[in-house]
Amino acid sequence: MEKSLSNSLKFILTLALIVVIGFLLFLANKRASEYVILILNLMAINMIFAVSLTLINGITGIFSLGHAGFIAIGAYVSTLLTLPVAQKEMTFLIKPLIYPFNQIQMPFLPATLIAGLVAAGFGYVVAAPSLRLIGDYLAIATLGLGETIRIIANNAWSITNGALGLKAIPPYTNIYWSWGWAFVTVLVIASLVKSSYGRALKAIREDPIAAKAMGINVFSHQVVSFVLGSFFAGVGGALWAHLITTIDPKSFAFSKTFEILIMAVLGGLGSISGAIIGASIYTVGLEFLRVLESPFKIWFINFPGIPGMRMVVLSIMLIVLMLFWQRGIMGRDELTWDLIYKLFTKSARRRGVVDE
Amino acid sequence: MSLAGFFQHLVNALSLGGIYALIAIGYTMVYGILRLINFAHGDVFTYGIYFAFYAVVLFLMPWWVAFVFSIFATAFLGAFIERIAYRPLRNAPRISALITAIGVSFFLENFAIVAFGGRAKSFNPQTGIYPTSFLNMINIGGVRIPVLTFITIGIVIAALVLLIWIVYKTKIGMAMRAISKDIPTTKLMGVNADRVVSFTFMLGSGLAAIGGILWAMKYPQVYPYTGMIPGLKAFIAAVVGGIGSIQGAMVGGFILGISEIMIVAFVPSLAGYRDAFAYAILLFVLLVKPTGILGVEVSEKV
Repeated sequence: MEKSLSNSLKFILTLALIVVIGFLLFLANKRASEYVILILNLMAINMIFAVSLTLINGITGIFSLGHAGFIAIGAYVSTLLTLPVAQKEMTFLIKPLIYPFNQIQMPFLPATLIAGLVAAGFGYVVAAPSLRLIGDYLAIATLGLGETIRIIANNAWSITNGALGLKAIPPYTNIYWSWGWAFVTVLVIASLVKSSYGRALKAIREDPIAAKAMGINVFSHQVVSFVLGSFFAGVGGALWAHLITTIDPKSFAFSKTFEILIMAVLGGLGSISGAIIGASIYTVGLEFLRVLESPFKIWFINFPGIPGMRMVVLSIMLIVLMLFWQRGIMGRDELTWDLIYKLFTKSARRRGVVDE
Repeated sequence: MSLAGFFQHLVNALSLGGIYALIAIGYTMVYGILRLINFAHGDVFTYGIYFAFYAVVLFLMPWWVAFVFSIFATAFLGAFIERIAYRPLRNAPRISALITAIGVSFFLENFAIVAFGGRAKSFNPQTGIYPTSFLNMINIGGVRIPVLTFITIGIVIAALVLLIWIVYKTKIGMAMRAISKDIPTTKLMGVNADRVVSFTFMLGSGLAAIGGILWAMKYPQVYPYTGMIPGLKAFIAAVVGGIGSIQGAMVGGFILGISEIMIVAFVPSLAGYRDAFAYAILLFVLLVKPTGILGVEVSEKV
């Protein structure tokens, strides 16, 4: 019989892990260079994106390709709420900003929450018609919706400043905001997945018709999952906008969804801990791949840097990943204390056999 | 709007719709056979333009040789992509194949940036890519329309007739139709399924190259993301017409081209949103008749 860990021990271990991560982040915030802090922020934001996409795509089985649209909504709404009034007047040169936005300025937290809620509301409006579709049709409809949001952002000059985008966004996002929100995202989505609701979502992923026969209201479950995913995409968009401080419609093109999809697939589509791992590896790996774009030297041969090479390598990576390693790092399993414990005991026993 | 003006827009709309139809056929044939949305098809279209461009500029071929070369080169590119990226996933979950297709699309785009450069290349007759006489104007009842528009419509019709002939009158066309119904049974009948799938990709990619060259003559430049928007619209055309149906793709292509030109012509203030119309049409059709105009309802077995 396998011995497993008691619940209270697991709770203490989790708490300890959170404290350790929190302490490391605190140290990083004090000591690390600005570059490292930027990467850490990006990592947390990418985790929010990847986990929310995993909820929609991996857990519920709605193949949505419109994530970038919800990120765009979050980014734009929060920015319009936090930009100082004077800055808004300077930015909106071609057409002035419409009424409610040109008067108000609010702190970061309410702006982020409103951004998430608007994205969620939009997700709700969008979900109702598009979830009637299945499979590939749904993928295309959501892709179209994401692109439509970008096109609207490109043309609605009196709200989004069109193609010029928004500049000089106050850089509110710091380690505490981004990692705090990442923690909330993981906590909420993981608890949802663990509940009976989450099991219903997984049942829908495996077979919508069978799930329906078991008395699950497929449509309303899908809507809840979609809306929750959109909420966190909006929050992540808000954090992202206040990290990089300039946004324009181009930043929310389909390639944004593609990036998030790579993270989720790398970690294992259907696993929340996988999404976290995938987002971390992707963010750090992308920085290491920068080497390819700057000149480098192997022995005495000089290689010139090739701009754009990073994305080529990345797309080859995704193709290879899909061809040879479809399940990703975690597959559909979660990284739990039980799993780690089992891995350790198993390897220990194997070593024991060899020693004899 | 005057009648002459309307006629001008109509001819323009037909040539645009024809190009969409040519690309849409590539999507619909692949979907009909493999149930795979070939996201890379729009980028195959871009490569068709690049092949023609470099054949003229680098290898100094006469323009018509270059165009034929580009059609064949693109056809082989399409078959190559299928061999490398899609064939190993034939029996994998469909979502894996879809993600791979997205990956191939991004690879092609980014490779084009590295290999050909990110800046747009001019595709105009001054560089000898096609004869300047294509831009001569024909005067019909007070409307001036470039020869190119008529050439486009003519080539589109010829290509579509050729395609219909291949699919409905030749042996390989019969194999294609059989495979789209049932792959295992067709294999049992002694058909080499892999070869037929390769041929389908070649046919679709070749048509995309024709569409690409016509597109580049109409909008005279090429850059790595050229194929993105027409590719997406052609895909929408395929879905609107009923994905899996060749006639549907043609109908969808023309519907999309005509409505896009006409809406901009009648309501010029919406011109910035022209790319969003396609999505609006798509959503409308999907909600009213999810299988598209000429699509066949497939009931799901439990």
